[in-house]
Order: sequence, then C-alpha cells, then structure tokens
Amino acid sequence: MLTGLLGGALIGLAATVYLLATGRVAGVSGIVAGALGDREARGERIAFLAGLVAAGLIAAAVSSPAAANPYPTAVLIVAGVLVGFGTRIGGGCTSGHGVCGISRLSIASLVATATFIATGAATVAIANHLFLGAPTP
Amino acid sequence: MTRRQLGALAAGGLFGVGLVVSGMTDPRNVIGFLDFSSRWNPSLIAVMAGAVAVHASLLALLARAAGGRGARLLPPRNTRIDRPLILGSALFGVGWGLSGYCPGPAIVSLGFGARTAFAFAAAMIVGIIAGGLVPRRRGSCESP
Repeated sequence: MLTGLLGGALIGLAATVYLLATGRVAGVSGIVAGALGDREARGERIAFLAGLVAAGLIAAAVSSPAAANPYPTAVLIVAGVLVGFGTRIGGGCTSGHGVCGISRLSIASLVATATFIATGAATVAIANHLFLGAPTP
Repeated sequence: MTRRQLGALAAGGLFGVGLVVSGMTDPRNVIGFLDFSSRWNPSLIAVMAGAVAVHASLLALLARAAGGRGARLLPPRNTRIDRPLILGSALFGVGWGLSGYCPGPAIVSLGFGARTAFAFAAAMIVGIIAGGLVPRRRGSCESP
C-alpha cells in the first residue's frame, strides 16, 4: 500500500513534468498513437516512450521484477488489440483518463475510468469462471 | 536533443519508475485489483490516489503561480460523454482484464525483456492503427 502511494506520487510528478515540457497531457495510449502518426511532435513522444523502456531496463538490472505475463500469448494478442483499439476510440487509458483526466476534474474521464474498471472486473470474473483459476495467480 | 525532448524523456523515466515501484508492471497486481472475489488486491487504488493527489496539487499550484494565465497551461478538455468514450473504454477494460496490461506497464515491460510484452505491444499497435480508421473521440488521450 505504501509503495503504491509512493509509486503513484512519482507518476503524478512525471505527468506534471511531461505537461510542463510539452504542453500536453501524459496519456500513454495517446503518446503511442501520436508517436506512430503525428509527425510534428513525434520526437518528444518517442523520448517519453524511451524513458518508460529505460525505466524497465534499469529495474531489470537492479532487481528482478516479475517480467513475464502469466497469460497465454494468444490471449495477450487479443487483449493487446482490444487495448489499442479501445483506448484509441475512447480517447484514453489508465493514465490519460484515470490519472490526468481525474486530476483535471473531468467528468468524462471519471465515467471512462468507471467503465473500464467495470468491464475489466467483469472480464476477470468470467475468465476465472472459465479457466477455473488456472491463469490467475 | 531539444529541451522538450529531454523533459519528455525524464518524464517517461520517472513515470516508468513509478509504475515499477508501485507494482503496476506486475500483471498479477492488476488482475488482483479487478478480481472482486475473496482475494481482492486494492493496491491500484493507492497508486491512482497518490498520482491524482500529486498531479492535481501541482496543477493547482502551477495555475496559481501563473495567475490569470493559469488556464492556458493546460490543453482544452473534451468534456463530452459520448458513445466512443463509453464503447472504447469498455473494450479497453476487456483487454485490460484479459492481460493485466494497460499501455504504460506494457511498454515498461519491454525494458524487462519480457517476450509476452512484445507480443502484447505489437498487437496494441495494430489496435491503435485500426482505431484510427473508425469514428473516435475527438482529441487523443493527450488532451482528455
């Protein structure tokens, strides 16, 4: 719980640094979409994503983070397409709506966050039922 | 490298460290949060509370420091609650629940060298490109 609060505080600080540096909201799905598409500010989006990967590299060097996802690759591919498609048309993910949008008191972001937590929980409940606890640790 | 790019790189690094420290790069913690059965793991709430508390406070401080120009620090908000918002968020939640990955932790996990993260990220890019081809919410999540 304490590490959660501390890590969360770092995320809130990082979102502020990104806003000050670029003038944009730190939503990771939008940054990925912008890095793929928008030629104008591609460099700073790629720089942000490089920072995320660098954090992973450093974490793997100094500790042993739980690296592998316990789910079958086929499930992860379906999930990846849904996450990419859904965040693109819904205008945000856990960071853009969940952290930045709620920090800006956006009701739309609050509704989006409640929606993806609800369908996420329903999905886990159904998956647990179907797999009978197999992939869930 | 421009100053903006350096700032973005630092922000990405800090964001990634926050995700690792908070345990959100471990899909089991995310699935544990979404599993409202007997073994519910609430740590994701602490992460979001910490992030929102710090970000909202800093935004308020910055707006005050900027005086009347405070509002211009921030990109305009899209406050509309429309069909793409609900449908997109609902589909995102299904993918999130199936994998325990959302975009940030998946990209940090690329740095772990996790093969599973590469499969997820490649599929996510396909989904992002496909999402760009259909009617979607105006403004990306870079300006919610």
